[in-house]
Amino acid sequence: MDMHGWRLISLIAAGLLGGYAFASAAGVFLGGVLTGSRSEAAMTGHLLGFVVYAAAIVWVAHTRRPGLAWLVFVTGAITLTLAGQALVAQS
Amino acid sequence: MSRRRSDSRAATPAKAGFRQTMTWLHTWVGLTFIWLLFFVFVTGTAGYFDTEIDRWMQPELPPAQIGVDASDSVPVLLNHARLVAPGAEQWFLSLPVDRNQPYASLFWRGADPEQGAQQTSGNALIDLRDGAVLQARDTGGGQLLYQMHWRLHYLSRNYSDWIITLATMFMFVAIIAGVIIHKRIFRDFFTFRPGKGQRSWLDAHNLLSVAALPFHLMITYSGLLFMGFSFMPLVYSAYYGTDNGARGEFFAEVFDPPGLTAAAGEAAPLVSLALVVAEAEQHWGENRVRSLDIRHPGDANARIFVHENAEQTVANSEGLLVFDGSNGSLIHALPSATSTTKRIRDVSLGLHEGLFAAPVLRWLYFFSGVLGTGMVATGMVMWTVKRREQAVRTRVPPSAGLLLVEKLNVGTIAGLFVGIAAYFWANRLLPVDFVSRADWEAHALFLTWAAMLLHAAVRPTRQAWVEQFALGGLAFAALPVLNWLTTDRHLGQSVPAQDWVLAGFDLTVLALGLTLLVIAGYLASRLGYVNRHLPHDAAASTLGVSR
Repeated sequence: MDMHGWRLISLIAAGLLGGYAFASAAGVFLGGVLTGSRSEAAMTGHLLGFVVYAAAIVWVAHTRRPGLAWLVFVTGAITLTLAGQALVAQS
Repeated sequence: MSRRRSDSRAATPAKAGFRQTMTWLHTWVGLTFIWLLFFVFVTGTAGYFDTEIDRWMQPELPPAQIGVDASDSVPVLLNHARLVAPGAEQWFLSLPVDRNQPYASLFWRGADPEQGAQQTSGNALIDLRDGAVLQARDTGGGQLLYQMHWRLHYLSRNYSDWIITLATMFMFVAIIAGVIIHKRIFRDFFTFRPGKGQRSWLDAHNLLSVAALPFHLMITYSGLLFMGFSFMPLVYSAYYGTDNGARGEFFAEVFDPPGLTAAAGEAAPLVSLALVVAEAEQHWGENRVRSLDIRHPGDANARIFVHENAEQTVANSEGLLVFDGSNGSLIHALPSATSTTKRIRDVSLGLHEGLFAAPVLRWLYFFSGVLGTGMVATGMVMWTVKRREQAVRTRVPPSAGLLLVEKLNVGTIAGLFVGIAAYFWANRLLPVDFVSRADWEAHALFLTWAAMLLHAAVRPTRQAWVEQFALGGLAFAALPVLNWLTTDRHLGQSVPAQDWVLAGFDLTVLALGLTLLVIAGYLASRLGYVNRHLPHDAAASTLGVSR
């Protein structure tokens, strides 16, 4: 299992794009869970989004499995967005 | 090609321990934006002395007028506002309370030409001794230099916001990975093995990174927060919707002060500002008023937003009092932050800007920035030294990538200093009435920097290091002399007058120039040593002289 060519590109893309989507969704969800008003929720989401993004990139670099990374980020982003939307609807 | 293959295989094993994978991550994430990050660190560090640089770049201005009582400065500003901006929507009176605002100034917009306003909006520094407008040469000053570190000067914010955030994000990841690699962080801190090539660079890199690690983490994470809303718009969109007005609605909810109203369209005299200032000083203490933001002056719905000075809080938001501008009653009194989350954000941004920092702490900020600059620079050099030593050891010619990085390093590290020196030289040498001279000061910086990158590309690498450091050193060290020849605000005047802002600039650039010259001298002596002691071919390969 060699890390070059398309596998490497896929891994980098998973970290940058997949991680970005995951971090945005996590920001929406965590903001909603942790705080009350929508302005605070949005701001908390921004504070934490970058931390999640960094953690996502670190994790991708460690697993070195592009397929797994994409799976986790895509399903994670969808789940967190749906959960976040439910929270938004409640607030 | 086959070598690069094996290289990438060695550097990116499929199965590896956590420290190995983090080393790989640190190396490549670090390298991607490193030249841009160097620029960011240098210009951002200079930004901790932005208003001091402003003053040097406008030598026509009198000494700073900090500490004039609000009861004396407010009437002068108000008179000027009435004179130049009748019928305005907004008068913003800034008082000279500390180094962040050395002169009183007036900003106005929406002034009415029919009532005699010559400009509908404008900004003027006001001399508190006689109420006249302070005139000085057109310059971007220290403000432009500091803004470059995130605006990237020539780019529109649509691009620069994304580029700068991504670069900062890479920096953040590189720092985290760097900390993980160094589990022996304490021992590494006390390790320095000079004269050992790659290992010496590693030790220096560790020392610079660990010494100011809290600063590096703080400055990087808070830097990201400045950009959060542009970089991750989906987060607030989830709560505010995705239509055009959503962003404005969000910002208004978080940042707009309460009590804003539309004009009533009915004239009413503005309440005495002396009373407003007196009441504000009762809340905060004497001379703690930083600015008065007057909306719809002369209207029945006038509002006066009084801002507290920030020197007693780290956060970048401060106390706010809202007065009715026609009857003078206090409508709202707000603490510096309205929620815990906002407080965290404000403190992070405030720490980044360091506006609260008094001189000693300001210098500490500056030196932390210097350490960060050194961290980035040693990281860049280490990448090449490691690969260069490998190339020499294995007798394989250096790859094109290595040569490119080596060249870019010279032109970026040493060349940027020459470019910034050119910015200051242009400030003194361009005629005062030169058309768009402020723009050309900045062009001088980037043109010079481009010339240095070109110079690095055509000269042997090690010689280019020596030449560019020497040039930068001479250019900085000669700035006090240039200042002496072109203005009367030189060291012979500023030191006896105890004008430490101007004297401080001259002495700091002199020290920087001498430091660069010492570096150039050291590199030149090493260059001579290698040439004398190694056989010609070996010397050529160690020096990276390609023919």
